[in-house]
Amino acid sequence: MIMGETKPYEPKIAAFLCNWCSYAGADLAGVGRFQYPATIRTIRVPCSGRINPLYILKAMANGADGVLVSGCHPGDCHYMSGNYVARRKFALIDSLLKHVGLEEGRVNFSWVSAAEGVRFAEVVKGVTERVAALGPNTGVFKVDGGGTDE
Amino acid sequence: MSQSKIGAVLIVGAGIAGIQSALDLAESGYLVHLVEESSAIGGTMPMLDKTFPTNDCSMCILSPKLVECGRHLNIRIYTNSQVVKTEGEAGNFKVTIKQKARYIDTEKCTGCGSCASVCPVKVDDEFNQGIGKRKAVFKQYSQAFPNAFAIDDKNCLFQKHGTIKGKDVCKKCVEACQAGAIDHAMQDKEIDVEVGSMILNPGFKVFDASRLVYYGYGKIKSVVTSLEFERLLSASGPFDGHLVRPFDQKEPQKIAWIQCVGSRNAKINNNYCSGVCCMYAIKEAVIAKEHSHIPVDTTIFYMDMRTHGKDFEKYYDSAKNQHGVKFIRSRIYEVNEAEDGSGDSVIRYSTEDGQILSEQYDLVVLSVGLEAGDSSKELSKILDLKVNKFGFAELEPLTGVNTSKEGIFAAGVFSGPRDIPETVMQASAAASAVASLLSEERGTLVSEKQYPPELDVAGDVIRTGVFICHCGVNIGSIVDVPAVVEYAKTLPTVVMATEKIYACSQDAQASMKALIEEYKLNRVVVSSCSPRTHEPLFQETLKEAGLNAHLFDMANIRDQCSWVHMNEPEKATEKAKDLTRLAVVRASMQQPVKPVFMAMNHAALVIGGGIAGMTSALSLADQGYEVHLVEKDTTLGGVARRFSKGFRGEDMKAFVAELVESVNKHPNIKLHVGTQIKEVGGFLGSFTTTLDNGEQIAHGVALIMIGGQEYQPKEYLYGQDARVMTQLELDEALVSNDSRVDKAQNYVFVQCVGSRCEENPYCSRTCCTKSVKLALKVKTQNPAAKVFILYRDMRTYGYFEEDYELARRSGIIFVRFSENEKPVVTKEGETLVVTVKDHVLGCPIEIEADVICLAAAIVAPADGAKLSQWFKVPLNKEGFFLEAHMKLRPVDFSTDGVFMAGLAHSPKNTEEVIAQAKAAAGRAGVALSKEMVESAGLNAFVDKRKCTACGTCEAVCSAKAVSVDMVNRVAVVNDALCKGCGACASSCRCGAINLRGCTNQQIAAMLNTF
Repeated sequence: MIMGETKPYEPKIAAFLCNWCSYAGADLAGVGRFQYPATIRTIRVPCSGRINPLYILKAMANGADGVLVSGCHPGDCHYMSGNYVARRKFALIDSLLKHVGLEEGRVNFSWVSAAEGVRFAEVVKGVTERVAALGPNTGVFKVDGGGTDE
Repeated sequence: MSQSKIGAVLIVGAGIAGIQSALDLAESGYLVHLVEESSAIGGTMPMLDKTFPTNDCSMCILSPKLVECGRHLNIRIYTNSQVVKTEGEAGNFKVTIKQKARYIDTEKCTGCGSCASVCPVKVDDEFNQGIGKRKAVFKQYSQAFPNAFAIDDKNCLFQKHGTIKGKDVCKKCVEACQAGAIDHAMQDKEIDVEVGSMILNPGFKVFDASRLVYYGYGKIKSVVTSLEFERLLSASGPFDGHLVRPFDQKEPQKIAWIQCVGSRNAKINNNYCSGVCCMYAIKEAVIAKEHSHIPVDTTIFYMDMRTHGKDFEKYYDSAKNQHGVKFIRSRIYEVNEAEDGSGDSVIRYSTEDGQILSEQYDLVVLSVGLEAGDSSKELSKILDLKVNKFGFAELEPLTGVNTSKEGIFAAGVFSGPRDIPETVMQASAAASAVASLLSEERGTLVSEKQYPPELDVAGDVIRTGVFICHCGVNIGSIVDVPAVVEYAKTLPTVVMATEKIYACSQDAQASMKALIEEYKLNRVVVSSCSPRTHEPLFQETLKEAGLNAHLFDMANIRDQCSWVHMNEPEKATEKAKDLTRLAVVRASMQQPVKPVFMAMNHAALVIGGGIAGMTSALSLADQGYEVHLVEKDTTLGGVARRFSKGFRGEDMKAFVAELVESVNKHPNIKLHVGTQIKEVGGFLGSFTTTLDNGEQIAHGVALIMIGGQEYQPKEYLYGQDARVMTQLELDEALVSNDSRVDKAQNYVFVQCVGSRCEENPYCSRTCCTKSVKLALKVKTQNPAAKVFILYRDMRTYGYFEEDYELARRSGIIFVRFSENEKPVVTKEGETLVVTVKDHVLGCPIEIEADVICLAAAIVAPADGAKLSQWFKVPLNKEGFFLEAHMKLRPVDFSTDGVFMAGLAHSPKNTEEVIAQAKAAAGRAGVALSKEMVESAGLNAFVDKRKCTACGTCEAVCSAKAVSVDMVNRVAVVNDALCKGCGACASSCRCGAINLRGCTNQQIAAMLNTF
């Protein structure tokens, strides 16, 4: 927490949401008017299985303070098993991020269904608090033009 | 003289039933005339806040259907209209529609609302159930179709008084309307249409609670109806979803629901159960708790909790156990206003054990029942249809949808209370019945939408146009829309940006089309609401302007911005800018995508030869499609062969025999009995199924109707004493004069055996009625018999309530037991003794029984798991098939081309099975009517130069769409199978496989602008 008269620090968080569950859950949060901090910038993908771990690094390299990745609950995937593919990848990238010394809490994974508007708002609140507590992204990753954009 | 039939249909009533039937029929080649009494389509669903048991927002799930129906080229909508005359016969009706003047040209009206803002007349807003006011010129709700206002001539000053002393009394609306849409001289008109068939779904009215003075409705301000409460909860309601009492805006902390208001009431001749109120009351209680920022205490006063639908019991359990909703089994004496001046209500009631209590509540919600509407009764009269004593249309037995007149079908509450999924099922079933009747005329009167040739934009300089929507005040009152427009203009590739009040309105679409041409736009971005609901609408506009539908992206600055950052307008504006930028980046890199067309095999495979399977097979065969019916047993008929009578006294043996004969005789049906499925492959349009006998069937769609099973009781000495039998066994014993029943005097029926328990946490729906029917049969055969029914809640929903009443009048004794104190059956010598704790006396009673009949549960089919794997369709926890959407797609799977009906979906009675089977045939018929299978084409694609043929993509693909061509050593995507999830693209180690519409490059470019 930054003291004094400066405004509290507002992180910017890249949110990858699957179209069928988490994006729908985010819509539902809207329909229910469940308020949450205006910190996320959403990138809609068909399925959490679509999320290449490199996107997470890319987001961090481009100055996002945190990342939220969210898909259907295990078992609920619209494409049958995409979120299992995602889960395996996330487990690996999570251990890589730990290994290179990225603070825990910058990159967050959660499952939000299309019926969980309240939960979506809670997830964003939680992620925002965690990332805010860590302060701005200090730049473990730098933009290098490599990776996924060729 | 035989006249040729007409390939058009009249549908009366444009609620969810009318919309569903209209879409099914228009999509399968019939011209639809859709007649609606009010000024907009939608019916009751738009008034509801959430829907049980999924808590989906009602408006949100409906609105895509509204848009689709409203835009459909082959659906002609007549609002403010009624049927006044019909003549002719099945296949050939002449109908006169009277359309009341709207005084507003729907073609010109932009829905901007300027007229309403100047209109001086305020009247009670019917859409909000009289809470809040509307003007004399009004639109029912913001998403209404047509998106046009209407003048209510009973209240409009000019319409009432015209010109006095040469001066118009009021024409403020005319002055305010920039579009010149208002025409006070408009006249009512009569329109004649010719149709081959009719579907009637004029809906219902809710019970007028002021008829029962003891509930205080209309006198006590804190007593409201359940539909009023829906409006209080609704985000689009009179208090914007802020849960307050209408009269003093106090936030209620203690709310009570009173069930069966106007239902199950013989005194007012409403001796039927409305079937939906228990669930909607639970839903309202749960939502009220979720909705309010202060703790809310909720109590439901009820007689029997009737949660007999699919997944309803779980919803009830979670309301009780997780959400803390209180349930009090009681009788209500009266509701009075509290004497402390708080405006509260006091409920005086008696509990089950006879105590009389009073309790004060901030708000009392009356769960009002459903009644036949006045216009429904009028319609039945005009068409001379048979109606029952409650004024609902009487359907022909075991048809699901047939009225007493040939060629006229019914859906929804027109023929009796039912919930949304049942209504949707009936609507699709009615559409199926029409399609069977008019199959020769399919495609004769419809036209196909023509689009201008697609512009070739390859290699052109990217010119992006951005449209930022105010969504009335939904976005504009929080997000600084002009600032977002100015920001958008600074973004690369953007050549124009503008704002729209409602980007989705008809006029905005027209203007968007004009701007695309004027600015030679080749990419379009709309920042408005959710692409999940509105992307198809904007893409349609792109196509109309000659652009490929995929040169487009949306930013969701409403649901995911203005609505969720209401107190932070500056931050919301910043976020809206960022989201718009991301959409511009993605759109600018978007390439045209061509849809993929694949062959359609016009044959259907029906799995299961019970009533559901045979009904579906016949419907599809009558629609003109080839049907393969597979039944593993050697004879057709399924479990229904064991029924003697239907729930309305029908002779089931004769019915099944007739059905079997029709199936056997039908030239379009090929039977495969005594054989099972061994293997299934393929997808919509081209499935191949292999049978045990080696035979291979090629088909375009599959219908799973494998039925259910009777639970084999482990309790109550079943299997140890022959006098303990299941309902099916007792039914058979009563018919065959079995020795066990011949001399029996004491009968004890035990309900919920294997239902509503840990093993099967659902209600089997049919057993309460079945026990009542069997008990009555026992009483008829042997009036001296003593009959006891031991139950937890009597769930004789709908008209079965009358049987329940008759049973009580006939001296059948009902004893309630609780889940924790189930009856105990013991054997003392040769005597069977049932011990049960009586809920009134509070002490155990012992009954010596000659026959014990167990209401054994209906459990999921044994073969469900196999079929689930073969067709890639899900099962729920209990093993029943899980539909694509519990409310609006009750017979579809999310897997295209596979449908279901009957007990394999959930427990239900024969009449309901028939309706659902016809619905499945109707939905399958829509798919089969297409010449080709079209998919959007947002598929994976491979860069051969990069591919190393490692096979990772093949391993992760759950659709089995990617395979490695080992000869050329490259991965190949089957466009027909690819679902576009992108798991392969994110897993490829060399970046060789990518996803159209969501490429690695697009996402990277978006992230680069962070």
